[in-house]
Amino acid sequence: MKHGRFRFLVGALLPALVLHGVFVLSPYAQAFYLSLTDWTGVAGEANFVGAGNFARLGGDSLFLDAVRNNAVMLAVVPLVTIALGLFLASMLHLGGKDGRRPIAGAKGYQIVYFFPQLLSLVMIAVLWMFVYNPNTGLLNGALRAVGLDGLARSWLAEPSLALPAVMAVLVWSSVGFYMVLFSAAIDAIPRELYEAALLDGANNWAMFRRVTLPLVRDTVQVAFVYLGIGALDGFAVAQIMTVGPGGPDGATEVMGLTLWRTAFTFGKFGYASAMGVALFFAALTLAVLALRAGRKERIELA
Amino acid sequence: MRRALPHVAMLCWGVVTAFPLLWAVLSSFKTDQQILTDPWSLPTDPQFGNWARAWGEANIGRYLLNSLIVVGGALVLTMLLGSLVAYALARYEFLGNRLIYYVFVSAMFFPVFLALVPLFFVVRQLGLLDTYQGLILVYAAYAVPFTVFFLHSFFRTLPSEVAEAAFLDGCSHGAVFFRVMLPMARPGLVAVGIFNFLGLWNQYLLPMVLNTDPDRYVLVQGLANLSVSQGYRSDWSGLFAGLTIAMLPVLIAYVAFQRHIRAGMTAGAVK
Repeated sequence: MKHGRFRFLVGALLPALVLHGVFVLSPYAQAFYLSLTDWTGVAGEANFVGAGNFARLGGDSLFLDAVRNNAVMLAVVPLVTIALGLFLASMLHLGGKDGRRPIAGAKGYQIVYFFPQLLSLVMIAVLWMFVYNPNTGLLNGALRAVGLDGLARSWLAEPSLALPAVMAVLVWSSVGFYMVLFSAAIDAIPRELYEAALLDGANNWAMFRRVTLPLVRDTVQVAFVYLGIGALDGFAVAQIMTVGPGGPDGATEVMGLTLWRTAFTFGKFGYASAMGVALFFAALTLAVLALRAGRKERIELA
Repeated sequence: MRRALPHVAMLCWGVVTAFPLLWAVLSSFKTDQQILTDPWSLPTDPQFGNWARAWGEANIGRYLLNSLIVVGGALVLTMLLGSLVAYALARYEFLGNRLIYYVFVSAMFFPVFLALVPLFFVVRQLGLLDTYQGLILVYAAYAVPFTVFFLHSFFRTLPSEVAEAAFLDGCSHGAVFFRVMLPMARPGLVAVGIFNFLGLWNQYLLPMVLNTDPDRYVLVQGLANLSVSQGYRSDWSGLFAGLTIAMLPVLIAYVAFQRHIRAGMTAGAVK
């Protein structure tokens, strides 16, 4: 029996560990080393340059554009998505005689809202490229149809509009998912709490502020982390939808795009690895901040 | 008025969500001329030729097959390895158990972008660039950590009496896993399986780097490529048809399993 146990454990763990070591751990470890070299892909010709790549990043205007754009996305996309998701999830629960139950058709709304989450960001980017098309697109078509011809724009070609247009796509693609997530969190709140609040004369807004919001806080926090990680990425949407890609004039450049181009178009693998390390520390900072914010007092439901 | 407000809000976002999707589907039945001159009209006589062109000439059928092979292979490998590791770590005590758990799970906190450059050279060194096998192995390697994380807690909650009875009946460790514990873990396997399937099906970054042979493009790569190249040929209707074909399998699966899918995806997020 003892012998069989050992053989089973080795058989269960070893294949996955080998796969993990070769394709996950070793690349991550190598990336940190490569970021300190000037490697261009020729075997054995990597010179150690210390922090040189990182110093160069600080003066690389395209990379700084990317950092700025990712920072803007990080500030805007999670906030707008969560606000919309929470708003819709609470609207969904304003039904019934006491205004505390799911409204009629709530299931149907959830089904439709959730669908974009299942689509690849690639498909969503291709779809919205059409929507934004200045001549044949849905958006300008809609504006012209209601007589607002003056508002029709080349959405992805104007530097001041391109990034908001990209962010709108990211929000569009995830609001439904977070609405469903928040809706499930609201369903889990004991009904007595709302009944008590109602007896105390609370209106809808007060109930949202004092009952719903504190009790869905954990879910909102999870949403912030996921959306934040998504906002640090943005590669697929920027690469497919925008002119250049990353244009006009760096307006929609994101860190992933700069890294990808630096490595696989220009062959500067050491320098690209330094960008990867920078991206890693950005993600790490985000995760640490989110965890620390979560250490505040929890509300226990007995 | 007060009662109508929630419905107005819900309908507004419903239209914003559904309209672009419906518009793409409808446009796939129109001629280029109709799309260019009147983006809002309904198709007068449906152009099924658009779909045939997208499927054949634009190779969407081929890309769909590539995706099925790669994602199917990677999903089987991920579920097998992931459940074995999760089970071994959750139900057996041995030296290094915690260490192995953290070795897997910590990988979830690293952005894939960081690994991209060395990964390309690892795969090249192994002679696996532009092959199904290479993509399957890499996909599985990056999906296993979350699978282990998710199923580990799941296997912990399963009662041990059934497994003990099976051991008494003379079952081997492997048999207990495959014949007793795995069937008991079915709800967890379904949830994480759906989560993995969607993640792998929609993967874009890894194939962009590791799979640059147009014959082996996965669906999203082929679609992205088509949307770039249509700029020269301006085959709008063909591209709309391609996009619709790409969305269709997901839509069908969603209609069939929508409750499971929503449950699986939201469980994956709050874990």
